[in-house]
Amino acid sequence: MKDFDIFVIPFNVGLYFILIYCVVRFIVWFRQLSRADKLRLQRGFFGRAFGQSLKEIFLESLLHRKIMKSKPVLGYMHMSLAFGWFLLILFGTIEADIFSEKHLNPPYKAIFFKFFNPSHGESGFAQFWYFLMDLILAFILSGLLLAIIKRFIPSVVGMKKTTKHRLIDRIALTALWLIFPSRLIAESLTCGAGGLGGFLTGTAGSFLASFMPVENLAYPFWWLYSLSLGVFFVLLPITRYMHIPTELFLIFMRNSGITTGDKAGTFSEVEIHSCSSCGICIDACQMNFVTGIRNIQPVYLNRALRRDENVTEIAENCLMCGRCEQVCPVGIETTAIRMIQRRNISGEPLIKNKWFGYLRYRSIQPRDKDNYEPSYALEMKEDFKRANVIYFAGCMTHLTPAIKEAMKKIFNIAGDKIWFMDEEGGACCGRPLMLEGRDREARELINYNSELIRKSGAKTLVTSCPICYNVFRESYYIDAEILHHTEYIKRLIDDRSIRLNFSDKKVVYHDPCELGRVGKIYDEPRDILTWVAELIEPIERKEKALCCGGSLANIKLDPKKKSAIAFDTIKRLSSVNPDYIVTSCPLCKKTFAQVSDIKVVDIAEIVAEEIAGLQRRKPSTVSLNLKEMVRQLLD
Amino acid sequence: MGRFGYTLSKPRVIDYDANNRCIAEFIAAHEPTFNLCIECGGCAATCTAGNFTSFSLREMNILLKRGENSAPHEKIRRCMMCGKCILVCPRGVNTRNVIALAREAFMKFDRNERL
Repeated sequence: MKDFDIFVIPFNVGLYFILIYCVVRFIVWFRQLSRADKLRLQRGFFGRAFGQSLKEIFLESLLHRKIMKSKPVLGYMHMSLAFGWFLLILFGTIEADIFSEKHLNPPYKAIFFKFFNPSHGESGFAQFWYFLMDLILAFILSGLLLAIIKRFIPSVVGMKKTTKHRLIDRIALTALWLIFPSRLIAESLTCGAGGLGGFLTGTAGSFLASFMPVENLAYPFWWLYSLSLGVFFVLLPITRYMHIPTELFLIFMRNSGITTGDKAGTFSEVEIHSCSSCGICIDACQMNFVTGIRNIQPVYLNRALRRDENVTEIAENCLMCGRCEQVCPVGIETTAIRMIQRRNISGEPLIKNKWFGYLRYRSIQPRDKDNYEPSYALEMKEDFKRANVIYFAGCMTHLTPAIKEAMKKIFNIAGDKIWFMDEEGGACCGRPLMLEGRDREARELINYNSELIRKSGAKTLVTSCPICYNVFRESYYIDAEILHHTEYIKRLIDDRSIRLNFSDKKVVYHDPCELGRVGKIYDEPRDILTWVAELIEPIERKEKALCCGGSLANIKLDPKKKSAIAFDTIKRLSSVNPDYIVTSCPLCKKTFAQVSDIKVVDIAEIVAEEIAGLQRRKPSTVSLNLKEMVRQLLD
Repeated sequence: MGRFGYTLSKPRVIDYDANNRCIAEFIAAHEPTFNLCIECGGCAATCTAGNFTSFSLREMNILLKRGENSAPHEKIRRCMMCGKCILVCPRGVNTRNVIALAREAFMKFDRNERL
């Protein structure tokens, strides 16, 4: 029996290269972490996060549970390649350990075991190992077959569109695809020569041996097997396959509590390298399936970032609805990565490639967008009022006055002392500027509004616009509790400050992106609606809800395409034949109203319409609202 | 001069030969809906920033198209990007992109870059 053959050299070179490369890369990444994140990672490594991460690595990186749940065939394809390869290496190593004469073999002995040791013997135990290794190989090959079919007919695995790859990725893909068939053929030929092997290699081997000189042909295929492994390993760092080692690091970092943040750094780097370009985000994107724009999805953004390309156009042309983030099997924070790029006006890559992409280094952090100060001429008004509750309608609500009026009515009946902060038109909340990456200008508006809120002494701020709601919660430093009007109405119902009639109307609820996926408010509006009407759920709901298309986050999209998205969403919502389409965002309402045949209303309007008289008013507030009460009774 | 009771007002001629329309051309090239504007002023009427300042998108569009760039250059910083103007525009002008492109154009213009 031989111990070494020259054909293992490509494999060995590739393997040791990639091992050393990954160690160096991880050390570089770790060193670039901020001090706080380093501590988090260290604490996570020696704490509970370690166990969680191992579990997640097994379930997600190997078994691909998330994909399995949504698309079983696609999940099986990914699982067979990842988990199957893992099993092949694991059991190959055990096999080599059992059947070769010494323990602790070099890795190539396990990978090319049949070459060095074609015969295990005739015992039942040896036969079992033949069977086991053949079974694992068959498992991988079945996934590989699916992968090849998927390239040409994505619908087989449940996908509508699959990623368009570049040349270097295609070369690595070919190398990966060659690995397993060449192993099958090499093993079959070697086994066929000796009349050995399991159900797969043995059968194929004896069949091939019946008409060709298998002894001479086996050797070139062992070379091919070793070469394809070597090529794959060497190309791995500059192709999408870098996700294989990087995803493990990402899972450890995420479980340790590190997040993307708002600057390009190690975590965003690890995230973009963890993107496997699987293309699941493409199918989720409305820009793809309604308007046919297929170059801006996170898979292409991440790839362009890895390749040092100018991503300004990709970063700007996005609704930021967050549907892609919900379906990403790796859990990459796609919107946060896009926001980092939006803040970077110059379009220069924040981290640059060297040596064909094998080395990446951080370039200088660029300036803020535009080099000048904003000049909003915001002068502090003297007429601010003291109040317990502030109502901030938001710019968009001023264009949908029905919501404003409904909220006024609800406030009146609830009897809270409110101050309508932007009744005469206030400053913008700042989020539209932030979504465009102009944080510094937004800060000026935030400071102005914060000052007004602080001076009023309010404990609660109610807003009708989910866009404002998110910026108030995330970027304002104020003491007041921030409520969206759905939360506020829900509270009024719960403490019986308002009482509602049940109408027989059938309503369908549309989750606005900003309120649902960003603000995580799904249940309050549904609770309210069950009080006033018969609620029907559309197919795309909660985390999977569609965007109305009017998103302020996309300034580049043609208005016609925006209406096309609105029309498509309305079509899907109307399919359940509701009387009303209910939403809780003035922008969604405005966008839908232009294309919808069915009446679109805000949740506040439907509540205001169904308020049952003025029962159970808080006693202290009756006198304050007496005038209003009389007016309403007269009405 | 003041005491005399007469002043010399500046000529109000729009001199297309002297004016530089590069900013408007840059915007129109990247956002074709810019040309759809009929200067109705709906955007300026609803403008959040216009409530605080004298910012007016209508005025800006007119001046940029004439090539009188100095006033828009100063005033463009006042836009809050709130997006109300898009919703009221009867012609479907992508106003926020017009503003974004104008800012980009002015930035490049200041740096003497090619537009």
